[in-house]
Amino acid sequence: MTVRIVDRRQDSRNKSSINRGRFIRRFKGQIRKAVSDAIAKRGIRDLENGEKIGIPGKDISEPQFHHGKGGVRESVHPGNDRFQSGDEMDRPPPNAPGQGGKASPDGEGLDDFVFTLTRDEFLDIFFDELALPNLVKRQLARIDEYKRVRAGYTQSGVPTNINLVRTMHGAAGRRVAVGGPYATRLRGLQAELEQALDEAVPDETEIDRLKREIACLKARREAVPFIDPFDLRYSNRIRIPQPSTQAVMFCLMDVSGSMDEAKKQMAKRFFMLLYLFLNRSYEHIEVVFIRHHTTAEEVDEDDFFHSRETGGTIVSSALKLMRQVIGERYASSAWNIYGAQASDGDNWNDDSPHCRELLADSILPLVQYFAYIEITEGEPQNLWDEYEKLATTHAGLFALQRIRAASDIYPVFRELFRKRLA
Amino acid sequence: MSKKRSRLIAEGSDWTLEAIAQYDTEIGRIAKNYGLDTYRHQLEIITAEQMMDAYAAIGMPVYYHHWSFGKHFLETENRYKRGHMGLAYEIVINSDPCIAYLMEENTLTMQALVIAHAAYGHNSFFKGNHLFKQWTSADAIIDYLVFARNYIAECEERYGLENVEQLIDACHALSNLGVDRYKRSPPLSLEKEKNRQREREAYLQAQVNDLWRTLPRHDAAVEAAEERRFPEEPEENLLYFIEKNAPLLEPWQREVVRIIRKIGQYFYPQRQTQVMNEGWACFWHYTLLNTLYDEGRVNDGFMFEFLQSHTNVVYQPPYSSRWYSGINPYALGFAMWRDIRRICETPTDEDREWFPDIAGSNWRETFDFAMRNFKDESFIAQYLSPRLMREFRLFAVLDDDSKAKLQVDAIHNEQGYRALRMNLAEQYNLGSSDPNLQVWNVDLRGDRSLTLRHFVHQRRPLSAQSNVALEHMAYLWGFTVRLEQQSADGEIVLLGERKTEKRKPG
Repeated sequence: MTVRIVDRRQDSRNKSSINRGRFIRRFKGQIRKAVSDAIAKRGIRDLENGEKIGIPGKDISEPQFHHGKGGVRESVHPGNDRFQSGDEMDRPPPNAPGQGGKASPDGEGLDDFVFTLTRDEFLDIFFDELALPNLVKRQLARIDEYKRVRAGYTQSGVPTNINLVRTMHGAAGRRVAVGGPYATRLRGLQAELEQALDEAVPDETEIDRLKREIACLKARREAVPFIDPFDLRYSNRIRIPQPSTQAVMFCLMDVSGSMDEAKKQMAKRFFMLLYLFLNRSYEHIEVVFIRHHTTAEEVDEDDFFHSRETGGTIVSSALKLMRQVIGERYASSAWNIYGAQASDGDNWNDDSPHCRELLADSILPLVQYFAYIEITEGEPQNLWDEYEKLATTHAGLFALQRIRAASDIYPVFRELFRKRLA
Repeated sequence: MSKKRSRLIAEGSDWTLEAIAQYDTEIGRIAKNYGLDTYRHQLEIITAEQMMDAYAAIGMPVYYHHWSFGKHFLETENRYKRGHMGLAYEIVINSDPCIAYLMEENTLTMQALVIAHAAYGHNSFFKGNHLFKQWTSADAIIDYLVFARNYIAECEERYGLENVEQLIDACHALSNLGVDRYKRSPPLSLEKEKNRQREREAYLQAQVNDLWRTLPRHDAAVEAAEERRFPEEPEENLLYFIEKNAPLLEPWQREVVRIIRKIGQYFYPQRQTQVMNEGWACFWHYTLLNTLYDEGRVNDGFMFEFLQSHTNVVYQPPYSSRWYSGINPYALGFAMWRDIRRICETPTDEDREWFPDIAGSNWRETFDFAMRNFKDESFIAQYLSPRLMREFRLFAVLDDDSKAKLQVDAIHNEQGYRALRMNLAEQYNLGSSDPNLQVWNVDLRGDRSLTLRHFVHQRRPLSAQSNVALEHMAYLWGFTVRLEQQSADGEIVLLGERKTEKRKPG
């Protein structure tokens, strides 16, 4: 009787996924906090990966009744190399190598429990915070669709992809190449044979020899296969990502003294979401960071979020710089341009109408979309009033939103997505 | 040479299903010659990922869902991916037929090793050892696990995920104190379990109601005529006590408590026989594969690969090594079984003095006797030989927290052998490593509070975690729960109290 062997490799793979999901569900609070911390450390473009998360080991311990430290314990260890009975020694410090059998079993002072969230789980929590509806989540989280396009021919593939024309083409060439020398010699022999036959006294043996040789060569020529596996050619198809256009995203942020760290983090989430959205729609994205107080400058991401300036605020300086950068590097015929501006609403009073004009006249005609978020608790100020006018005259191109918490960000995107989904 | 070659079972390191089947046949033939009695078995090929899944569910192919298994999975995955640990080569399930997992990544040699280790070694231990025979029903366990998973899933649907989760959390907290250490549990059977489950539901509830009928009646003539003590005898199986007596649990909650208690009980023998069981399996894979080699059925390359894995598994680092983390049960068990065989076959005078009844006996009979009738604690107390203590260079250290220094009180010499052996056996006594906690009293007439009493052994206190575990106990009980401690001199102190009042509304 032979043993029964069952191949389970094709069985459902993620048996533990339910338990894993339960774990994440149960510790959502801690995990969300860890994700928040992680977002603060991440770059805007870095949303495609999972995240290594650490949550305090104490929170997730499974308590039981156990003995604690202390009392009388007798333990046996191997490898005695120096002790005699009756020897005394100091207690080893905790966690010292050796004598490890005495480590306390009560599991206190645990390290953080570290594990890796998958990309999907990470995005799920990220979206959760932003209160995105499911349809939009799916839209964002979906894996790029690819288009299969022809890309020449290969020598291997599946039978359905055999390209007949190419194959026969190759076969004909090979037959000519391999059979050519035979044909040449045949022609020579044929000529000789005719000559021999034409002679007054035909030399029978010579004719015989020639005939045999001709027959032999013919057989060889016939033996050249009509088609050979070597000739097979397959149509080659490769996958290329479907959206293959390019976009540039401008992040504009007020870094005057009134923008504190919390507001910047809020703005960062907004920028991340916009980036994620663009990433779904465009293959290649560049991000330009422009920060401003009374003057604007283009900086890298790190400076953008982490350095602070003081002073007043002139928003139009950033818009001017944006227009200048567009003019220099991103011709609107080749680039899809998106703008995102975050500020706490402060601006010099007489600058605000200027901002509106700048936007309406020289920026909005160039961009796909421009979003403005005002992160503030207070009453709207004149910049908001001016921008509101834009929202009515440029509906679908310009959106603005006042936010207090991250979940307020979504309405800005609703319009954006509605446009995409339509 | 060519003749020898033709006798090889298979060559190369890549496995095929045919090669595995051939190895199994050959190993099975040799095992039979040695007289190993096993359940039928089934080999299942799985991927590394599935192995991690199996890990998380304590090796069982079916298990109910709970976040803690997700945690274990993440832990395993993390350590595996960072290369901190390899996966175990094998997982074997004590069921009939016995199921042994073979991991896809293993080489053919490793597969043969696993077959010999799990499908013949562990398998025969499961079938023969008295603890497994008494406490586990190999033929019913898979069915029971299916029943358990479906029942719990049904409860989740009906009563909500949170409720079920909280209940399971509480049961897990008590699971190490939810086993019968002495009584034998009745065998499991899916049929009976299903049929009896509803009956039990109704019956239990009736019982409990009856118990609590003693509500205080103020006009009762003879109050406290007889102070009825409850429970009449202290109960050490906390989960059993909860299942039968907790006043406010719903029938489904009792059933879930029972399920977790039953499964805990099923695993209890494995905790009791780790050294014996692993040692036994190592001894047999070593013996079976060596016999294959002696017969010329495997080549030198096979043996080198096998021996390398084998020595890794049975390596015992000394106490001073940075890899030391206690005595390796594989190493100790393997050495002990080998030593017993040596005592049987080539006893020395010392062996004759220490083991008069087995020195020179038939080793297969001695093995069978030892395998069937012992657990780790008694196995070590019975069979650990002076020679082995010398080989391991064992020494015993006394850690008394009332003294400033540790003291070495026995080493591997004539005066120390018996003390060493006793100490080591004691280390494997689950009865003293788990705290001795008993349901001491329930105040039937008063506030229905329950008192747990901890009987201190060797002055060892309970860990700080116990307070949290006590909370879980209080959740299950539904009324106030107190934790007392009784020290060796009879002095009783109150360690903690959890007040709960969870009466049903109305």
